[in-house]
Amino acid sequence: MKKIEAIIREEKLENVKNVVEENGYFGMTVSEVSGRGRQKGLSLQWRVGEYRVDFLPKLKVEVVVLDKDVSKILHAIVSSARTGESGDGKIFVYSVDNAVRIRTGEDGDNAI
Amino acid sequence: MAVNAADTAWLLISAALVMLMTPGVALFYGGMVRRKSVLSTMMMSFAALAIVGLIWVLYGYSLSFAPGIAGIIGGLDWVGLRQVGQEPSAVYASTVPHLAFMIFQAMFAIITVALITGAVVERIKFSAILVFSALWLTVVYCPVAHWVWGSGGWLGELGALDFAGGTVVHIAAGVSALALAKLLGPRKCFVNREPMEPHNIPMVALGAGLLWFGWFGFNAGSALISGGLAASAFVATNISAAAAAFTWMILSWRQRRPSLLGIATGAVAGLGAITPAAGFVPPLAGIPIGIVAAVICYYCMLFRMRRGIDESLDVWAVHGMGGTWGALATGIFASAAINSAGADGLLLGNALQLARQVAGIAAVWAFAFGGTWILGRLVDITIGLRVGETEETVGLDISQHGERAYGGALR
Repeated sequence: MKKIEAIIREEKLENVKNVVEENGYFGMTVSEVSGRGRQKGLSLQWRVGEYRVDFLPKLKVEVVVLDKDVSKILHAIVSSARTGESGDGKIFVYSVDNAVRIRTGEDGDNAI
Repeated sequence: MAVNAADTAWLLISAALVMLMTPGVALFYGGMVRRKSVLSTMMMSFAALAIVGLIWVLYGYSLSFAPGIAGIIGGLDWVGLRQVGQEPSAVYASTVPHLAFMIFQAMFAIITVALITGAVVERIKFSAILVFSALWLTVVYCPVAHWVWGSGGWLGELGALDFAGGTVVHIAAGVSALALAKLLGPRKCFVNREPMEPHNIPMVALGAGLLWFGWFGFNAGSALISGGLAASAFVATNISAAAAAFTWMILSWRQRRPSLLGIATGAVAGLGAITPAAGFVPPLAGIPIGIVAAVICYYCMLFRMRRGIDESLDVWAVHGMGGTWGALATGIFASAAINSAGADGLLLGNALQLARQVAGIAAVWAFAFGGTWILGRLVDITIGLRVGETEETVGLDISQHGERAYGGALR
């Protein structure tokens, strides 16, 4: 079991949600995060003049998948979240020890 | 005639009340879009305050109200407020300074332009809506205002009644909104059926509240005096708003649950519908007018959605159809006993008045739709109406205005 944690552009959420679902995973957790990377922030206007915001709003999408599905889900997320500009985000993959479905108590792969 | 202090005070306060309705529209619309475009949505209303406020005193008031050409459009005699001063006008609101009447009318022109912007949110180019607003005010609003309210205007001469702008404001804005939305095409997310949850419903409710409050100036101020007629229009306005809000709440409850978004929309529908009638009908006619307005607007909104038209915030369903019903209802419920400048309606045996109302409705529908279509095409082929695809996905706040509504979360 692996957890795929993808930091993506806010406007790409629908695309990512759709491709993950097409690959057989309905469940996911999404949170609003702020971060910085090579995009180096954004220039916004004040009443007069400009200021830079260097923490940009992104979305963090977390999906836990079976080991055999990791590469296809990664591929799906990368292709659906990419624009080719800096600021497209990053994906991290973690090992997951176990998972438990609270309602039934079942655990392991069945709980995903 | 001499200036009457009470009338002047009421008209100036009413002008200020109507002014507040435009920020009300900004909140009402702003809460209904997604948060990446709330500023751009509100900006369009504030831009109307800025550009229409200028055009109106430069030439808009003259084109609407100055002595005209064949009842079609006002002349240029009052350009730059020439002959518009502290003395009352000879033809309009003869007990208040001409300037007071002029600025009261300015607020109507501003909010009419602001209303249209609800149709085009989240995808129109800001420069395009600015140019369109200026053109639309000149080519559509000014003539229509002259037809209905201008001295010698042909619809007024025909006897079509419009107390405070059912045709001039609400039909004109609603029908134009529909035409412009058709030209502009739907939002990408609308086509893809992505969830488009309103981002701040309390903001919508606050906007609706400001509209309801300001509408007392809109309708009761349109009496142009501070007497019995103003009180009658004020009461009719509140009754219709309440009846429509209540009705919409029930309709939404029947479908699922009574929603705040629904009751707020219902209030606005009732206010739009009573607008042409407010000072011509007995106040209690506000009950049937409000109830029917809510039913009509509710089902028009469902119809619009089923047809897949992205007239995003339902300016046509609420204002266009509410105004149309209100203009008809004026021909049904009007009573010369309420306002001697008015007429009796169908219920008092004068079917002719209803026919006159239909003529007014048809003329304004056709002219507003056609005029908007031509102007919209013109803007589209010159500077382009719509933002690029990436700008639309990122949201208009960042792409058009370089601002975001809810930044600064980390510091």
